[in-house]
Amino acid sequence: MSDFWSHFPPMNTRTHEACGAAAPAFAAALAGHLCGANGKTVFWLRESWAGAQLNPVGFAAYLDPKQLLIAKAARQIDALAAAEEALRSGHIALVVIELSARIGLTEGRRLQLAAQEGGAMGLCLIPEAMGSNAAQTRWRCTPVFDPGGAGADSTLQHWEIIKNKSGTLTGWNVGWHAQTRRINVVSKPAQR
Amino acid sequence: MRKRVVSMWFPNLPSDRVARGGAIVADDTRPFVVTHHAQNTDRIYCLNGAAAAQGLHRDMGFSDARAYCPDLQSCPADPVADARFLRMLARWSKRYCPWVGLDGIDGLLLNIAGSAHLFGGEDAMLDDMRARLLRAGLKGRVAVADTRGAAWALTHFGRGSPGEDIARLPVAALRLDAKTDAALQRLGLRKISDLTALPRATIARRFGPDVVLRLDQAMGARDEDISPLKDAPNYGVRMTLPDPIGLSGDVMAGTARLLDRLCAKLKDQDMGARKLQLHLRRVDQGAQVVELRLAAPMRDAGRILPLFERGVGAVDAGYGIDQIRLIAVQVEHLPKAQITYGAATRSDGVDDLITRIGNRIGLDNIHRFLPADSHIPERSFQIAAAAYSRSEGAWVALRPRPLHLFAPEPIAGAGARPPQNFRWRRMALTVGHATGPERIAPEWWLPDENWRSGLRDYWKVDTVQGRRLWLYYTPQNPGWFVQGEFA
Repeated sequence: MSDFWSHFPPMNTRTHEACGAAAPAFAAALAGHLCGANGKTVFWLRESWAGAQLNPVGFAAYLDPKQLLIAKAARQIDALAAAEEALRSGHIALVVIELSARIGLTEGRRLQLAAQEGGAMGLCLIPEAMGSNAAQTRWRCTPVFDPGGAGADSTLQHWEIIKNKSGTLTGWNVGWHAQTRRINVVSKPAQR
Repeated sequence: MRKRVVSMWFPNLPSDRVARGGAIVADDTRPFVVTHHAQNTDRIYCLNGAAAAQGLHRDMGFSDARAYCPDLQSCPADPVADARFLRMLARWSKRYCPWVGLDGIDGLLLNIAGSAHLFGGEDAMLDDMRARLLRAGLKGRVAVADTRGAAWALTHFGRGSPGEDIARLPVAALRLDAKTDAALQRLGLRKISDLTALPRATIARRFGPDVVLRLDQAMGARDEDISPLKDAPNYGVRMTLPDPIGLSGDVMAGTARLLDRLCAKLKDQDMGARKLQLHLRRVDQGAQVVELRLAAPMRDAGRILPLFERGVGAVDAGYGIDQIRLIAVQVEHLPKAQITYGAATRSDGVDDLITRIGNRIGLDNIHRFLPADSHIPERSFQIAAAAYSRSEGAWVALRPRPLHLFAPEPIAGAGARPPQNFRWRRMALTVGHATGPERIAPEWWLPDENWRSGLRDYWKVDTVQGRRLWLYYTPQNPGWFVQGEFA
């Protein structure tokens, strides 16, 4: 098993993808890891018809909700344009984009270039199997039932790299510790 | 040209203003007073004619007044609204002449030299003023004289007959303070003509230079100015071009020059633009408007200019553009900020970003969260437009809360403990751990449709399939619902 901290956080100045039921938790943990201490802003783009409401009180375990800016775009093309703008601005540490449809190679590449120019990280939350080839890495995040984890701050999650442009494909079981705002990596042998 | 001054005096300005508002029916038969609370008691501040006819007077105690006059209507005084109303009247008076100044809190002064003939002479002008004031429901006294002092004396003390001379008016008409007035009366100097008959040196020696000054001002021996009200500043600049232009680089260069001028103007007034409009007039008389809404009030030309790029790029120049106008449609107060080390305005970049994105998807679609004081999960935060709010306040989460909240989705279940197996969103789920209940009561002081079902017992449920959900049970109206999902 390769070391978790050599893969996380994923490479800056690139866009990445996350899918699976725990993808929002992955985004929150990434935001907490990148900006929890330094007070930088996280930009979260959603489509305006998205049903579930982000709950800032729940986010408080990850980062100060002050640092969160939410934008709602009516169409995906607007969301992508706004994401490009935000990535390029250089004042945003992480841009999270919720996507409902597959994006083409052109759009994905444009996001990569914008991230490179602005020195920011992009993260697309995508439905299963709708990834773009331009992404640097793709993470599949699924919650796992932990028989002894009733009091844990988050569910145990299995984060698995299923696409990596420069590295191996591996996976880890992780959890979030709210008080220290840190990711706990659970070693696999302990699970068995 | 000889100066001619009109003085307008509104003795009942506060009560007339309230009566005009229509909240109170005050006519000549129904007494009405405006009261003012000072030194722990309510006193009459202003009263209408009917109240004066009942024997009430200004500065009388309000409780006494009510004892005299049981059907008295009243209303608290609002000096700020009165001042605003007087400024409105001043703006209206500009129909007679451009030179209008305020006179205290209940009067106006107009220098009508050179404009009286437009209304058919001075008498016709004064009649017109009186008729219009009467129609507006205002009791106003109007008089014209050569000097400001004389006009004031005629409105406040004159009988209103044309061609009246101020010599016959009491000495109080010279705008003297009450003490000097009483002292003059005591010496038997009751009229202004009594005062003019005396040698000036003796008056000055006995009463100080003030009486002589006021007398000179009324008689016209010494000049007195009327300071006119300032016009509201106009935040617009324009540029007309000898030859039409069409390249977007040229338009941006023109905009840059206008922006420098506009920002200098805004800086003079300590204002910042919130909404800008760039009107581009084409040679075929068509006009194109580029609108820019800013996320924060701004007057920094270097930062605003790049924000125009997207809008200018979309303009159709046609045969060319020959006039550019830049208008700050909406401005806000923007005081000069102290530049300090360390507290460099870090949010500037984010504000610019909000502006740029907001011009594409709408400024109202960019939100931030503000904490709210409520135990109800969906009301424990507020969503505010990021451009019009500052992030402040502390976030308190006493118990873990889900990352996502959604409208309650019913599931099958019975009893006060979570069902062992249930279906949610077409998934069969089995409960592994259940933590709870956490009882949340509805806020009865706020009517909320969703909380009609009464108390809620919230459970944090770890399913064997992995997801951690937020379920609640309504004991008063038995039923189970899913309302959120934890990380």
